[in-house]
Amino acid sequence: MKPRNILFLIAYAIALTGISLWIGQVSYSWFPPQASAESVLIDKLFAFLVTIGAFIFLGITGVMIYSVVFQRAAKYDFSDGPHIEGNVTLEIVWTAIPILLVFWLAGYSYQIYQQMAIRGPMEVMHLGMGHGDTPTVVEEQSIEEIEVISKQWAWVFRYPGSNVTSTELHLPANRRIRLALQSEDVLHGFYIPAFRLKQDIVPNKTTDFEFTPIREGTYRLRDSQFSGTYFATMQANVVVESPEAYENWLSEAKKRQPLPAYNQAASEYTQQTSKTGWPTVVPAAPPVVNYPT
Amino acid sequence: MTDSQVKNTNIITESYQDLSARDWRRYFSFSTDHKVIGIQYLVTAFIFFLVGGIFAMVIRGELITPEADLIDRTFYNGMFTMHGTIMLFLWTFPSLVGLSNYLVPIMIGAKDMAFPRLNAAAFWMVPVVGVLMIASFFVPSGSAQAGWWSYPPVSLQNPTGQLITGQFLWILAVAISGVSSIMGAVNFVTTIVKMRAPGMTFFRMPAFVWTVLSAQIIQLFGLPALTAGAVMLLFDLTVGTSFFDPSKGGNPILFQHLFWFYSHPAVYVIILPIFGIFSEIFPVYSRKPLFGYKVVAISSLIIAGVSGLVWVHHMYASGTPGWMRMIFMLSTMCVSVPTGIKVFAWVATIWGGKLRLNTPMLFALGALIMFIFAGVTGIMLSAVPVDIHVNNTYFVVGHFHYVLYGTVTMGMYAAIYHWFPKMTGRMYYESWGQVHFWLAFIGTNLNFLPMHPLGLQGMLRRVASYDPEYTFWNVVASLGAFLLGMSTLPFIVNMVSSWIQGPIAPSNPWRAIGLEWLVSSPPPIENFEDLPVVISEPYGYGKSDPLVSNLEGIIGHSE
Repeated sequence: MKPRNILFLIAYAIALTGISLWIGQVSYSWFPPQASAESVLIDKLFAFLVTIGAFIFLGITGVMIYSVVFQRAAKYDFSDGPHIEGNVTLEIVWTAIPILLVFWLAGYSYQIYQQMAIRGPMEVMHLGMGHGDTPTVVEEQSIEEIEVISKQWAWVFRYPGSNVTSTELHLPANRRIRLALQSEDVLHGFYIPAFRLKQDIVPNKTTDFEFTPIREGTYRLRDSQFSGTYFATMQANVVVESPEAYENWLSEAKKRQPLPAYNQAASEYTQQTSKTGWPTVVPAAPPVVNYPT
Repeated sequence: MTDSQVKNTNIITESYQDLSARDWRRYFSFSTDHKVIGIQYLVTAFIFFLVGGIFAMVIRGELITPEADLIDRTFYNGMFTMHGTIMLFLWTFPSLVGLSNYLVPIMIGAKDMAFPRLNAAAFWMVPVVGVLMIASFFVPSGSAQAGWWSYPPVSLQNPTGQLITGQFLWILAVAISGVSSIMGAVNFVTTIVKMRAPGMTFFRMPAFVWTVLSAQIIQLFGLPALTAGAVMLLFDLTVGTSFFDPSKGGNPILFQHLFWFYSHPAVYVIILPIFGIFSEIFPVYSRKPLFGYKVVAISSLIIAGVSGLVWVHHMYASGTPGWMRMIFMLSTMCVSVPTGIKVFAWVATIWGGKLRLNTPMLFALGALIMFIFAGVTGIMLSAVPVDIHVNNTYFVVGHFHYVLYGTVTMGMYAAIYHWFPKMTGRMYYESWGQVHFWLAFIGTNLNFLPMHPLGLQGMLRRVASYDPEYTFWNVVASLGAFLLGMSTLPFIVNMVSSWIQGPIAPSNPWRAIGLEWLVSSPPPIENFEDLPVVISEPYGYGKSDPLVSNLEGIIGHSE
């Protein structure tokens, strides 16, 4: 290889690296706010993958675009290019590098997943790795247990410690939360984009799910597994507040009489005056809870 | 080179006496000619592509505003279910089977497929599948509304209580489509293994044939799982068994395993022939041999093998324990190794060549760029922590549309333009092709790139309404979708008018190397007068070795 070409290659690699690192940093801005300890880990992994991905994408397409611009056949040039059937060294290199890269990416993702320790269905299977794992993101402390009941198309949250029910999920900040996810009919998915966390809920099975909210504010919980006609309406507010405000809310809610909550699916179904659509599963009656929203 | 070019041109323009090969009525009959069947598949599939495309535009019309205001929610759910189903089972699969049907026997020097009548029977099941799917819109329950995955228990919910529901017809149609595909797979594998011409060793087969072989092997090991799942679902739905119904003790996760055990490899059934198309087109328009041909050929088989070990990555967020998530993360990432080898090989093929940007080359280049993008997002999705966030969001929708439109459909267009002169004996109009490419390329990116930020922000797939914060990117995506819909118009105009009155095509308009380019355009009914005797490896660009030793005998029209 000529020195000029080597210099060009080095310059290309440096430019690519710079651009890729920059895109990796920009990628943090593509997400909702980081409202859970896990989201910090996931965004870090994603930014790393974006950096590698940008390097690969720009590197390869850059070569292609160079070819397309500078290596065109002249209008009346009907000759062939050089007869090159392959190059063993090159082929070994471009097989070995992806193999190493794959193990690196898988290893890194594995570490991040271990640190998240979100549990999920592993306890049910009694086969799980990471039994007794403690999340390394926050030090071990008291765990707040909440039951989540999903049905077509409503979320109900039950706080077993104080026997409060709500259609709004209140969580104390900076404490480990353990949810017991349940479904009364079909598959649903528990998903809070600001937490970057998702877990499908299988009927007749209680799935444990753990995470740590770290940022006060109001977020959205959505059903992430298609659950039928009013799937898109199955949302709830998630309020992350200071532990004191959370305790106040619990004792306040406990005093209230249970009342029916507003339910978008049920109200859309009853307000439907003209029958335009096809027959649908009838939405469950609006849940009756201490803290309806 | 130029001499043989001129000679070939003469042969075709005046010598084609066998007019029956041009008789349009053959395309509407039960023909056993693999070329007729190939075109029947392609045209039928394209009609359903337009139907699925109209559904897509209805979906994007609904999503241009946050509220569910254009169509009823039930109808919206039917739209995305049928869009996905039709695009997969009635566009990508049959169109690729059609292309393979047309090309494989000629490329390996055979006079037809191994089982011509089985071939025709497999084709004629496709319209049956299509009629069942369309009919499902007219039963009282409406069409299937559980998504193309048809996960139970949603797919088992039957508000009308009737037996013949949209979901029932859907399962029936998918099962028939599976039977058709298995018949096709048996035929292809047998043809490729047993019917190669003298001298056509495995390592002299064009890379396209390798990819078809790999893809059809996947059909053979994968489809039984899907068919079993479909039959069990049908029983749950109709006669009250409880394989998957949790309210009666069934296991809905089992269905997901059966479904994805086939439906993930199915992606490779679709993408592998497209890889084959890339491997055929890049050498022709770069005037260089396919770089690392043998490795590219073998990596198709490796992809087919690995594809059977990655299905759980669709179920990371489902009832999947942590250890299983980790194993399938590693196996999924491994797919990128043989795929990466191919990508590097194509780029090395182009590099230093003498490029000519005809429409097929433009489509192939555009498709390759979008495939690399889809590969990058695919690696992100394989990483469990990232997938826990973006699973079932528009990030996934964007990713697989870059695969299925950006790569597969664009690659399919590249193939149609490239082999159009061979199939019809007419040249297409180049300027219309260029217009089509730019509209499709811009439309695809405008449509599917915005889905990535939407997914990262948390917008879920299959929603008929969404929070107003997602409006901007949805409007962009919808405008892109309408542009993409319009981009098919120049294609249709070009194909129809060229087929009727385009300039007569020579046998080898692209100066390409391959058995299909030695025979006339369109080829005679049994392709070759005498079976070709192959004496060189494929892709002899930059050399002047003849491909066969009996050129005169093949063509059978002595001058």
